[in-house]
Amino acid sequence: MTLALVGYYEAWWVQILKAIVIFAVGLQLVPVVLIAERKIMGRMQGRYGPNRVGPYGALQPLADILKLLTKEQFRPTTSVGFLFAIAPLISILTAVAAFAIIPFGNVQHIFGERVGLYGVDVSIGPLYLFAFGAIAFYGIMLGGWSSGSKYSFLGAMRGAAQLISYEVSQGLALVGVIITAQTLSLTGIVTAQKGMWYFIPQFFGFLIFLTASFAETNRAPFDLTEADAELVGGYNTEYGGGRFASYYFAEYLNVLVVSGIVTTVFFGGWLLPFGIHPPGWVDPIVVLFKMSLFTFFFIWVRATLPRLRYDQLMSFGWKVLLPLATLNALVTAILVVVTH
Amino acid sequence: MSDEHTPATDAPESGAPATLTVERWSPGADVVEVLRPPAPGTGRSAWRTFVETARGLKTTFGRMAEGTNTIQYPEEKVPVYPRFRGRHKLHRFEDSNLEKCVGCSLCAAACPADCIRVVAAENTPENRVSAGERYAAVYEINLSRCIFCGYCEVACPFDAITMGHDYELSDYDRGDLIFTKEMLLAEPLERTPLRREGE
Repeated sequence: MTLALVGYYEAWWVQILKAIVIFAVGLQLVPVVLIAERKIMGRMQGRYGPNRVGPYGALQPLADILKLLTKEQFRPTTSVGFLFAIAPLISILTAVAAFAIIPFGNVQHIFGERVGLYGVDVSIGPLYLFAFGAIAFYGIMLGGWSSGSKYSFLGAMRGAAQLISYEVSQGLALVGVIITAQTLSLTGIVTAQKGMWYFIPQFFGFLIFLTASFAETNRAPFDLTEADAELVGGYNTEYGGGRFASYYFAEYLNVLVVSGIVTTVFFGGWLLPFGIHPPGWVDPIVVLFKMSLFTFFFIWVRATLPRLRYDQLMSFGWKVLLPLATLNALVTAILVVVTH
Repeated sequence: MSDEHTPATDAPESGAPATLTVERWSPGADVVEVLRPPAPGTGRSAWRTFVETARGLKTTFGRMAEGTNTIQYPEEKVPVYPRFRGRHKLHRFEDSNLEKCVGCSLCAAACPADCIRVVAAENTPENRVSAGERYAAVYEINLSRCIFCGYCEVACPFDAITMGHDYELSDYDRGDLIFTKEMLLAEPLERTPLRREGE
């Protein structure tokens, strides 16, 4: 019995090359998002943001990362050593793994080989995504728990509750799209959007998915896991140096992944509107452009909305978002059955 | 409120039932109607959340176009007012180049932080330092203790000490913050812009 089919048709060396390229691109995008966030939030708050390191402060993330990596790997005596070390790795691993399935373009012919511009095109795209999303929660959970600190523990517990609550809505919001596209492959979903991008027929699904994504990436206004005001730094309070950098990296890569998923699922991936069919090499640029718009939206929302209270978070997740997501999936299912 | 309020007319003196003719009470111009939010959990409240979020997003986006209010400090400085109390200056007479300070120690007496030390010495015909009978052989201000109240300036009978405009006084060593007479007499580096009239 096959659990999942993978559309493998590349040679092994193409796959290795592809993995390296995608990882490198992801690795390069994170500092860009870091500096973009600080600059944009600065502008929105009437200040410049970092502008001392390098031209226009462009080397600030490099300086930050360098500083973090050269710091001592500190560990509290109350922490559980093995888990404390492995938790940030789980976070970063799941983020990178989720990044692998974002399609940056259709199948291209490069050096006489057929190459799909994505890590893997799994036939269970969204399920793969949620599987790794669920493992990502262990990164936060274990990190917070193994720190042996009250604040980290509370942050991790909040994170656990939050991720579980919002993952349901996130999944259900995608069900509508999957029913409409009748495929679970992300490239399949993109090609199914040839006629119309899914954010129009699935507008509520799009809103629900976007809202739940904020909670899934632990970004403002749902950043209760690291609520600075009451929990110091939440689950990563006891982390410093390279391990903290890993958590930071994972958070921003998750923002990119979610932006990529929204682009793929609701905004037609590499497709352009008005029937424009550019050559194949434009596809990744289109996807990256659309991704940057959503990343900007994430930053924009962080500069705008205050953090929710814990009970508000829970009641919003279970009483508003979940019924709406269920209703959306139901109505879509009925409409699809009726129109076919 | 009582101005607008029309009191009830007096009840008739006879035993007839009192008929209160109260005019419609008007709250007046200074009373604002309180806007109550819709009850939570209703459709109206959800709509309000959505609209207010969009309004907030519009506000933050608009801020981007407005530019920044940052003053890039080391390159750019906030100009000080003419009476700003910064680092002290000691003065000389412009014509004779003699020190104005006569070592009377009134500044030290007035100093609430006790940061001024004056040791006076007699002027002699061979060594004439100040215009008066005596001069300050030692004049030290411990700027790490000074609270910049300006009492020394007020206490001085000869306007020998005034408060300057320099506020960049950080140093790596506490000892370096004890300013001697020579340092206070020296023409200070003009590091601080002065605020122009009406600025």
